[in-house]
Amino acid sequence: MSGNSIGMGAGAPLPAEALAPEKSKGRARAFFRKFCKQRLALIAACFIILLFIVAAFGPFLTPYNPDTPDYDALMKGPSAAHWAGTDEYGRDILSRLIDGTRLTMAVSLSSVLIAAVFGTILGLLSGFYGGWWDRLIMRGSDVLFSFPDLLLAIGIVAILGPGLSNVVIAVAVFGIPSFARIIRSVTLSAKQTLFVEATRSMGAKNSRIIWRHIFPETLSSIIVNVSMRIGGAILAAASLSFLGMGAKTTEPDWGAMLSMGRDYLSIAPHIVYFPGLTIFLAVLAFNLVGDGLRDALDPKTKN
Amino acid sequence: MGRYALQRLLGVIPLLFVVSVLVFLFIHLIPGDPARLIAGKDATLDEIQGIQRQLGLDQPLWRQYIDYMGNTLRGDLGNSIRSGLPVTDLLGSSIMPTVWLTLLSMAWALIIGLLIGMVSAVYHNRWPDYVGTLVSISGMSIPGFWLGLVLIQVFSVELGWVPTGGVDTWRSYIMPSLTLGAGIMSMIARYSRSSMLETMREDYVRTARAKGLREYLVVGRHALRNSLIQVVTVAGLQFGFLLGGSVMVETVFSIPGIGRLLVDSILYRDYTVIQALLLIFAAQFILINLLVDLLYGVLNPKIRYS
Repeated sequence: MSGNSIGMGAGAPLPAEALAPEKSKGRARAFFRKFCKQRLALIAACFIILLFIVAAFGPFLTPYNPDTPDYDALMKGPSAAHWAGTDEYGRDILSRLIDGTRLTMAVSLSSVLIAAVFGTILGLLSGFYGGWWDRLIMRGSDVLFSFPDLLLAIGIVAILGPGLSNVVIAVAVFGIPSFARIIRSVTLSAKQTLFVEATRSMGAKNSRIIWRHIFPETLSSIIVNVSMRIGGAILAAASLSFLGMGAKTTEPDWGAMLSMGRDYLSIAPHIVYFPGLTIFLAVLAFNLVGDGLRDALDPKTKN
Repeated sequence: MGRYALQRLLGVIPLLFVVSVLVFLFIHLIPGDPARLIAGKDATLDEIQGIQRQLGLDQPLWRQYIDYMGNTLRGDLGNSIRSGLPVTDLLGSSIMPTVWLTLLSMAWALIIGLLIGMVSAVYHNRWPDYVGTLVSISGMSIPGFWLGLVLIQVFSVELGWVPTGGVDTWRSYIMPSLTLGAGIMSMIARYSRSSMLETMREDYVRTARAKGLREYLVVGRHALRNSLIQVVTVAGLQFGFLLGGSVMVETVFSIPGIGRLLVDSILYRDYTVIQALLLIFAAQFILINLLVDLLYGVLNPKIRYS
């Protein structure tokens, strides 16, 4: 790559070097030790596990039915009965937040995973085969990088129409070029290692070299980028819902809850405070874990 | 350097071309006949055909593209479907609030971000570093629209210090630019921290220390000045992202800027305005990236571009 790596800010520069091949067990243990040293990242990881548990068992954990209105308790502040208060229909906000965890996790994880799958395949092909194939994919990602990411998502939603499934597509599309670039650069350096050359000289097919030898080398970069992007995906999805382009207002989506509460900001600010705080903590946790993973998986950034 | 600049300039042309084709196709990618969408549900066939002719939709696609680009280059971005006004007029009346907003956000984000990054680097792995890191990662994680709403609730509703929105006085810009700059500030803080840490390990910094220079001079005169180039580059790149963020912030604070115009156009399906705005945003983003890249090459002769 030329000066482009500086020119395009959307894809944060990530480890270009694959880990030195060592026994996978030792590698995993070394990673675990390094990761656990970072206390903040560890706490954040626990919070994320909690989010997954809440997402999985949400319906059993809600103190109230998240969709049942209670017209005797409209916009009540936090109390012993309703820890996070009630919204403009008297629905329990905590229950809606718990119920919405599943939606948020599903939207952000699926969009990032879709981006990871397509981006990784494109990056592997582009880095391994080079030539016009490489040029095509890289110019394509230049084009996607030409739109500031939230604007790209807004444009895609404008074409496809509002709705959460379209939000997933929009957020996935702007994630693809970042994966493609990162995986391409890892592939380029992995392609030149001795063991790949050895495999090739033994007559292994290209497809085998890519999947058995190069792909595993890219895994740590994939994991780091996935974790770094989930926070951004949650934010993007919430932003789109806030603008009325994502979840319907009837859905217990964190961004949509915030958007509804906006009209009652002066009389019942807690309707806005709690969903926003939840989004903030979830994004913060993913960003902290992403940072921790990068420091633990990429020896280059270790100070 | 000259060759590199030329190479980059030439590289931008095909990119601009592809982006313009994509944006042009935008109106055709929307499911359904755009003319029918524009005409509304109760339109007669005649009305629909009239709109098709008016927009040139009855022409072959390549012809439409050439007309579209010809008009765009002549400064005619078409008329808004909703209001019938020329898109350029709409742009003219909404551009200044957005420009002020982005400039103010960038200004405070740069100053505070640099300060945090510098303190973090000087007190590397001690508590000011941890606080700085926590502040910057929080700034990255906080949903801008939520931060804006919280600021409105505290400083406008409760305390009544600043207006809740609009652009009537300069005070209206305080909270929006605080909100918009938070994310960029974090990014600048992170970059300047790592860049300062790198420069602090350079030989000339060790030499400066060895000759007995006071620490603040070492930091200020040597380390800071040399990492400034990188930080300013990164900050320049964020301008494009500020535009994305301004969409949210302008919605929250009811600022009649370009971001607000985009959201309104999408909600009212005003496709010609959306198309024009996407083109402008993308072109501006590409040109800023190019400019920053070239500037980086000028400022830092050490960089050898292959």
